[in-house]
Amino acid sequence: MSDATIEVSGLRKRFGSTLALDGMTFTVSPGQLTGFIGPNGAGKSTTMRVILGLDKPDEGTALVSGRPYRDLPRPLTQVGALLDAAALQPSRAARNHLLWLAHSQGLGARRVDEVLSRAGLETAARRKAGGYSLGMRQRLGIAAALLGDPPVLMLDEPFNGMDPEGIVWMRGFLAALAAQGRAVLVSSHLMSELQDTADHVVIVGRGKVIADTSVADLLASASGDRVTVRTSARWDAAAVLSAAGATVAEAGGAILTVSGLAAERITALLGDRKVPFSEVSAHRATLEEAYLELTRDAVEYRAEPVRGAA
Amino acid sequence: MTAPTVTPYRSGTPAGHDSFAHLLHAEWTKFRTVRGWVIAVVVAMLVTILLGVYGGIRSQNGCVNGPCHPFIAVGPGGEAVTDAFYFVHRPLTADGSITVRVTSLTGVIETDQTPQGPARTEPGLQPWSKAGLIITAGLSQGSAYAAVMVTGSLGTRMQWNYTGDTPGLAGAVSAASPRWLRLTRAGDAITSYDSADGIRWTEIGTVSLPGLAPTVQAGMFVTSPQYTQQVNQQISGGTQSGDPTDATAAFDRVSLQGRWPASAWTGTAVSGGSNSQYPTGSEAGYRQAGGAFSVTGSGDIAPGAAGGTPINTELAGVFIGLIAVVVAGALFITAEYRRGMIRVTLAASPRRGRVLAAKAIVLAAVTFAAGLIGAAGAVWVGDRLLAGHGFAFDPATVPTEIRVIAGTAALVAVAAVFALGVGAILRHGAGAVTVVITAIILPYLLAAAFPVLPAGAADWLLRVTPAAGFAIQQAIPAYPQVAASYTPVQGYFPLAPWAGFAVLCGYAALAPVLAAFLLHRRDA
Repeated sequence: MSDATIEVSGLRKRFGSTLALDGMTFTVSPGQLTGFIGPNGAGKSTTMRVILGLDKPDEGTALVSGRPYRDLPRPLTQVGALLDAAALQPSRAARNHLLWLAHSQGLGARRVDEVLSRAGLETAARRKAGGYSLGMRQRLGIAAALLGDPPVLMLDEPFNGMDPEGIVWMRGFLAALAAQGRAVLVSSHLMSELQDTADHVVIVGRGKVIADTSVADLLASASGDRVTVRTSARWDAAAVLSAAGATVAEAGGAILTVSGLAAERITALLGDRKVPFSEVSAHRATLEEAYLELTRDAVEYRAEPVRGAA
Repeated sequence: MTAPTVTPYRSGTPAGHDSFAHLLHAEWTKFRTVRGWVIAVVVAMLVTILLGVYGGIRSQNGCVNGPCHPFIAVGPGGEAVTDAFYFVHRPLTADGSITVRVTSLTGVIETDQTPQGPARTEPGLQPWSKAGLIITAGLSQGSAYAAVMVTGSLGTRMQWNYTGDTPGLAGAVSAASPRWLRLTRAGDAITSYDSADGIRWTEIGTVSLPGLAPTVQAGMFVTSPQYTQQVNQQISGGTQSGDPTDATAAFDRVSLQGRWPASAWTGTAVSGGSNSQYPTGSEAGYRQAGGAFSVTGSGDIAPGAAGGTPINTELAGVFIGLIAVVVAGALFITAEYRRGMIRVTLAASPRRGRVLAAKAIVLAAVTFAAGLIGAAGAVWVGDRLLAGHGFAFDPATVPTEIRVIAGTAALVAVAAVFALGVGAILRHGAGAVTVVITAIILPYLLAAAFPVLPAGAADWLLRVTPAAGFAIQQAIPAYPQVAASYTPVQGYFPLAPWAGFAVLCGYAALAPVLAAFLLHRRDA
């Protein structure tokens, strides 16, 4: 059995005049929570539908654990997916919604009750799904994705409609699933939802991948190497740091912005020369800032008409 | 890029294979957990039963002359029969034969009939007026028999046990062109012959009457069916108006072989008594002058009870129940499209054709069961309920009753699958329901239930539209040897039961096949 992964390679798909996917390529590895992030219309949902064999790509392949989705025996035991929390028959009780899904994979009612309890829905299980709030439907969708205890999970905008408490629960839940060794792909149009949760991000815009990187690397690249120095002896500090090869800029008041030297080195230099300072801090970009910087182009071009067919 | 540093997760679910049984289980769970669909099927079932019984009562009340037919003769095959004729007979023991010459057959219609008797008559030999020889197991109605006869306009025939009919010489009988007829018995076998001159004989046929007693009644008979015309059409049966007819035949050159123990002929009016739809006719009787006989009779020896109510009358409510079933069948798939749940379904079972097959099987099984309970309830409960009120339906043979009831259930199931297929094609509930009701129920309404169309158009509709499938409910076949009003409103369909059902099945098969093709081609 090959590793639990999602491998997407060169996906292209056109809906009429709209190029929805334009060479989408990335891999989701086991044991990580991979954020699949991009503005609305970037092709996240279409990619997920292609992975599940629901939409046919014009070009490219999508493999789950090394195989096309439709070749997976009992697919829900290999991939759990939540595409649309509203995709259920409103007049059917929530538990029965899970029950037919379980039956389709040869699973029983006991497994249904297990996932209901993991999703925190035991008490509402017999209610009609149509009466569920969006947040409860997201929980029901998570329960459905977990039915087959799959090593790969794929969730489209699972935070939509959740209250803050639900979002905290969902983050912890997803992180725990990834920690168990599962490959978890979670899409969102808001980077902040996945801050401190995702290990890896695939940032997409206009149907293709803009960045495919670990969260740590992404933050480092967005922060640059700027360091903020607060000191009463601005001239002395600037002289010392310039002599050591740094570029120093005044940022107003008692603050200098230094680039070209690491914060540790600056602290050591200023200490050696007895230059007083009250703060030396590396500038930390938020994930949101990093994301906005990367997707700015994609967002700007979104309103433009698509150029003629390739 | 990032090498996995953790052990990949292994599912706690035991490995297993895809199984179509799982898919059936899932679709069954889906169906039974939507209350509206279950209610629709139960309503269809109850409506079938209630309207069936109601239609039966209404139809029976519609009879003009008091109680319709408290006694219905049943032939050796188990079907309702008409058995009324005037019979000049003698017992025949063991093997033997009888030969006779018929020199004339004339008839009159008794119009303006009053309780005191016919006010006037007018000439009117019926095409199926019959005069000839008969060997019968007994004088009670429904007895096994074989006969050879001349007819009003359909030549010489051999007929037996009500449903059998074989033609002999063509042409009408007259003094200038008489017909010689002969019946011989050898054990259970009866053979008939005819001849134009009494010299050159032609065998028409031999039939077997199993278990025929050693002594039988044999002799000359005359009968003449009612002259009927359609006067009224309505749901669950119609009304016919008709006038009795008498036929009179002249026989001579009677010749007997074998043991004929009685010394003289006896005249008997075989009939159902005063309640019979076929009164014996005011002139029924016979006169004998030497070797010549003049016999007058009225009635018929034929399949189907005159003016009777076939059991399919009790199934007239099916088409209303069908509407509920069609709605449930279409929504079974279109509801999934409406909410995007089809994606969940197809993610769980990526082999799309199998999903559609599983849906069709579950839907067919559920609706067949409901249809079976509905139809059996309408017929069996209806029969018993009506019998308690002095009404009765024409008996049908057990295979016919099974075919009508199970066929009705199959009709319901196939219509549901048709709706499912159309729903999968259109992906829109109201559209699919409209299409299916227009295709199946509307033609049936226009042609059979509330006939507003001329007979030709009605026949055409019931041949080419899915409504042809209603033919499976026809309890009594249309017999060529019975002059009756064989129109859809009387429960007679232009196609044979299985042929009509096959037309519906063709449409119903086409829809899911096209749907499966589209399901594969389209993005979900």
